[in-house]
Amino acid sequence: MEKNKDILVRISNLRTYFPVKKGVFRRTVGQVKAVDGVDLEIIRGETLGVVGESGCGKTTLGKSIIQLCKPTSGKVLYAFPDGEKDLAAMNDKALDVARKRLQIVFQDPYSSLNPAFTIFGSFSDPLKKFGIKSRTDREAAVGRLLEAVNLPKDYMTRYPNEFSGGQRQRIGIARALSVDPELIVCDEAVSALDVSIRAQVLKLFKELQAERGLTYLFITHDLSVVEYISDRIAVMYLGKVVELAETQELFRNTVHPYTKALLSAIPIADLAQKKKRIPLQGDVPSPVNPPAGCPFHPRCTYCQPICRTEVPKLTAYPTGGTAEHHVACHFALDFLGGTR
Amino acid sequence: MRDDLILQVKDLSVNFYTNQRCNMALRGVSFDLRKGRTLCIVGESGCGKSVTANAIMQLLPDLSRIESGNITFKGQDGDIQIEKLPKNGKQMRKLRGEVMAMIFQDPMTALNPVFTVGFQMNEMIQAHTDLRKKAATEKSIGLLTDMGVPLPEQRVHEYPHQFSGGMRQRAMIAMAMACAPEILIADEPTTALDVTIQAQIFELMLELKETEHMAILLITHDMGVVAEMADDVAVMYMGNMVESGTVQQILNSPSHPYTIALLQSIPVLGHGKNQNLEPIRGMTPDPYHRPPGCQFAPRCDFATDICASRLPDESVFDTNHMVRCFHYEEIKRNKEIQHGKK
Repeated sequence: MEKNKDILVRISNLRTYFPVKKGVFRRTVGQVKAVDGVDLEIIRGETLGVVGESGCGKTTLGKSIIQLCKPTSGKVLYAFPDGEKDLAAMNDKALDVARKRLQIVFQDPYSSLNPAFTIFGSFSDPLKKFGIKSRTDREAAVGRLLEAVNLPKDYMTRYPNEFSGGQRQRIGIARALSVDPELIVCDEAVSALDVSIRAQVLKLFKELQAERGLTYLFITHDLSVVEYISDRIAVMYLGKVVELAETQELFRNTVHPYTKALLSAIPIADLAQKKKRIPLQGDVPSPVNPPAGCPFHPRCTYCQPICRTEVPKLTAYPTGGTAEHHVACHFALDFLGGTR
Repeated sequence: MRDDLILQVKDLSVNFYTNQRCNMALRGVSFDLRKGRTLCIVGESGCGKSVTANAIMQLLPDLSRIESGNITFKGQDGDIQIEKLPKNGKQMRKLRGEVMAMIFQDPMTALNPVFTVGFQMNEMIQAHTDLRKKAATEKSIGLLTDMGVPLPEQRVHEYPHQFSGGMRQRAMIAMAMACAPEILIADEPTTALDVTIQAQIFELMLELKETEHMAILLITHDMGVVAEMADDVAVMYMGNMVESGTVQQILNSPSHPYTIALLQSIPVLGHGKNQNLEPIRGMTPDPYHRPPGCQFAPRCDFATDICASRLPDESVFDTNHMVRCFHYEEIKRNKEIQHGKK
């Protein structure tokens, strides 16, 4: 299975830095290393979950993939029908065309819809751009899209303020679907919603994927959501992917000490599952000057001298099953073998 | 057991008057707080969780009013009716901070950005004790140390923006703990924080509950937090307490249709990809156009004519499991039959 997988996006050594400016002349005094050397493959038709704490670079990763943030270096190779092309190297014109395949659903359903436009107005521009010229055709298309996300089609004449948070998020999803994309980046798409509404939207995501064969990059900080929706999960810490595995494998054989601590910190709504927390000391270090060596070493209980000097590489380890388990830790083998 | 009772809320109703309309935010809420126990109030946004907390602290905005009901504080020297005290009176100000303290959701907006953390802590300590400035600063440093803030001697002179989110919340808790209150009210204290930081704050709160024998009222929307922290749980929906009981009663045998539906609609970690989520249909009603009877009736699978006609009363079974539903016995029986089949 690993051999002949259909890779949609191949990210190699992606770095996105933001300059820190200071003083009268706005001189650059440092860089926020939001994404710091990420290698990742997104397989067609899968849901790849990206989890991590705030400030770990998960949103920047999503935005760098669809080129809403220009990456500092690295490649984002996207499998177009006529071969792989680097999105990071494209000019604006080529990107405009490419964006038909890549869409994003934002976190906040209140600020991502223009309040001055009706729903039809918000949908109109992308449809016009991608070929549907006549107004009646566009109206029919918007109607179909709204029905796809379980909203009545006459809602298209309304303004965003007439909708609740859950409905707005569904409109946001419908808008992302309007150009028939292949990849949708969902940036904390359900985090702002109330629990009862969250289930509706999560189910909708799953149904749409089954219907249209969509690929999702699902960015969230909520591990229970990511477990429910993802096929594979990438765990990020300080701009780097520290662990990547299939969902079940990740939860069953957690290797990286950070992932272990993260999993143990999550409150579980099930009294039968109470377990020991692994408390993490301190806060996430600043991405302006991350610690040398393994980014996690100042908070890691297993820290050894080598962790302070050498950056561990994301390495693939074979598991019992078909897929590989990628971990960036010097002692991954010890954890896998259970000697620690 | 009775002696542990520290705060009793009975039939509390709070109305908000805005734009010549009246929002009945709380419509008869009753619960007890006991020493050394944590009561979690859960519910979705707009159900009145925060209004309950603010009513106890008398921090409600000007356009709102406690219409009826009692908030009784059972102090060592007799009962105090909190709702009868003037909001900014001497007695209320003494109660706030000294006997009951509150932690807010967003530590950045709850701390004043133009004063140092130490100044704000001293202000609170000096208002409630006879300590002079120097002694108060020492006490602040001691409190920050207790809360696990590194370098407290230096941190006490820093401003809130120099603190990280978790540290700010620790400073807030330190401030709340300054006068060793008997009741700690925490209004979504970790919603703005990351899970690993949340775990740190919870450890701290559990420790304080054990050592200080405090009563904690924790407001949250996260069922995971409930399972982790609560001894007792109260579920709120549209200004009513629909179900309450111990954490085992609520999570293991929920009896109100809303609680059941809520528990089925959240993904639970460890249950894998194929867990069946059942979203609650419809949405929470507009508070200005409430359904006439049971507030949950329009979204409820068990609703009948009687549900639409009037609000059900509280029924108590299994000693202290309260549910506000006409059909809870029927639902319980159905569930037992289902369990029997399994």
